[in-house]
Amino acid sequence: MSNNNYFSGIFFGVKSLLTGLGVTMKEFFTRKITEQYPENRKELKMFDRFRGRLVMPHNDKNEHKCIGCGLCQMACPNGSIKVTTESVELPDGKKKRQLVKYEYDLGCCMFCELCITACPQGAIEFCTDFENAVFDRTKLVQQLNLPGSHVAEKPVAPKPAAPAAEKPATEKPAAPAAEAPANTNPEKPAAV
Amino acid sequence: MFDFTKVTNWIDALLLSFLPGWAATLVECVLVALVIITLYAVFAIILIYMERKICAFFQCRLGPNRVGKWGSIQVLADVLKMLTKEIIDMKNVDRLLHKMAPFLVIVASMLTFACLPWNKGAGVIDFNIGIFFFLAAGSIGVVGILLAGWSSNNKYALIGAMRSGAQIISYEVSIGLVMLTMIVLTGTMSFSEICQQQADLGWNIFRGHIPAALAFIVYLIAGNAECNRGPFDMPEAESELTAGYHVEYSGMHFGFYYLAEYLNLFICAGIASTIFLGGWAPLHIWGLDGFNHVMDYIPGAVWMVGKTFFVVFLLMWIRWTFPRLRIDQLLALEWKYLMPLSLVLLVVMALCVSLGLTF
Repeated sequence: MSNNNYFSGIFFGVKSLLTGLGVTMKEFFTRKITEQYPENRKELKMFDRFRGRLVMPHNDKNEHKCIGCGLCQMACPNGSIKVTTESVELPDGKKKRQLVKYEYDLGCCMFCELCITACPQGAIEFCTDFENAVFDRTKLVQQLNLPGSHVAEKPVAPKPAAPAAEKPATEKPAAPAAEAPANTNPEKPAAV
Repeated sequence: MFDFTKVTNWIDALLLSFLPGWAATLVECVLVALVIITLYAVFAIILIYMERKICAFFQCRLGPNRVGKWGSIQVLADVLKMLTKEIIDMKNVDRLLHKMAPFLVIVASMLTFACLPWNKGAGVIDFNIGIFFFLAAGSIGVVGILLAGWSSNNKYALIGAMRSGAQIISYEVSIGLVMLTMIVLTGTMSFSEICQQQADLGWNIFRGHIPAALAFIVYLIAGNAECNRGPFDMPEAESELTAGYHVEYSGMHFGFYYLAEYLNLFICAGIASTIFLGGWAPLHIWGLDGFNHVMDYIPGAVWMVGKTFFVVFLLMWIRWTFPRLRIDQLLALEWKYLMPLSLVLLVVMALCVSLGLTF
């Protein structure tokens, strides 16, 4: 046993204790992070990543991005999403699936975000709205697509559109003409 | 300084004018006891509120702020809750010891509380072996804790009590040695004389310079351990022992332990301020007569309570900074570090005093 260890241990210990005391003393004077909820309701801003409830954003033309593929419904572990679709015939004779009703049960949702990762269109997202309490359980079942809304029409198929939308950021001077139609699409900026 | 004996003498003379001697003494005893118990309760409430607020601030929170302005009535509500709670009678406990233990703890705490010198002439228990009495009376508390653990018929309580016993008995060595160090400096054990000396000659922590300052630090560490407070709170480590020795107590019996914990903190800080920081003696700086004169106008009780709360804040700062120690680390800290240090301090202080190196 060396005495050197004993004394250097004391000095190291005292130094680390003083560091700890310094940290807490600094914390003592910092602004407190407590949110006093009902009072600060007006200025309260939830952080972006908060998962309050599922929403389907619509643009000003009452258009959403849901193509009714049902991937979110299959991804949901709790079965809280129910997508109802119908088949419509386009003028050129092709058949196309269309969303009729997008039902979401907030009471079943566990906010895992699997539906959002599964969605190929980026049609659904979580909003930061947290005051979700209601008096009746049936009110928790919400229809996410607005009445009279329809899917936003796209000039190109969604799969090629995604890389096309990213291109302008990387190679803007290379092909400005080719990307122009994609950028003029009113639905596009939201997708990027 | 205002001498409180004027007030006590006046009350004594007033009572003697219409009562025989023994009755006057009895009435005075009851009055003093009432004052002590009231102060005890008031300080407990202030300390609990202070602890919750300071703990919250150290953790970047706001603390209680709903009941009353800044949560000031929160503790009163808690006290009312505690008073109205049922005291549950356990099966298979040692009835007599189980009921007696909280009273032993609170009696020890109140006896030591009465030792504090509040002002010049306002010490309740004050005689020539005051510090000795303080140490002796304070040790009754550990009996209460051990009895609580033993009589509860509960493994957690027993382990907590054994830890507490080991801890308090170990750290009392340091406390005793540190107090001896300061007695070497003051040459008296009476609290009133210690304070009077510091009012005349300056605070002990300045008079005894390096050994006194180190002794102050050792006293703070050992005193914190003596109060069973974090980082030395393994007797009631809630993550391991649920609540330690008072796990089987409910209602006001638990309340006594709770009260005693906070008041022991106050007493520990009060003794620290008496022995090291001058008690009721005002701050005097040599050569600044105007400043000293202004300081003399602040009453001694304000000085005493102010210094005590300063030390309480230091102890709370320590508590809310450091994590809990393990029992072997705790005993190693005492027997390998603090006790040798306090022995060295005692020798150094004795040398300083005999060579006239103190002020």
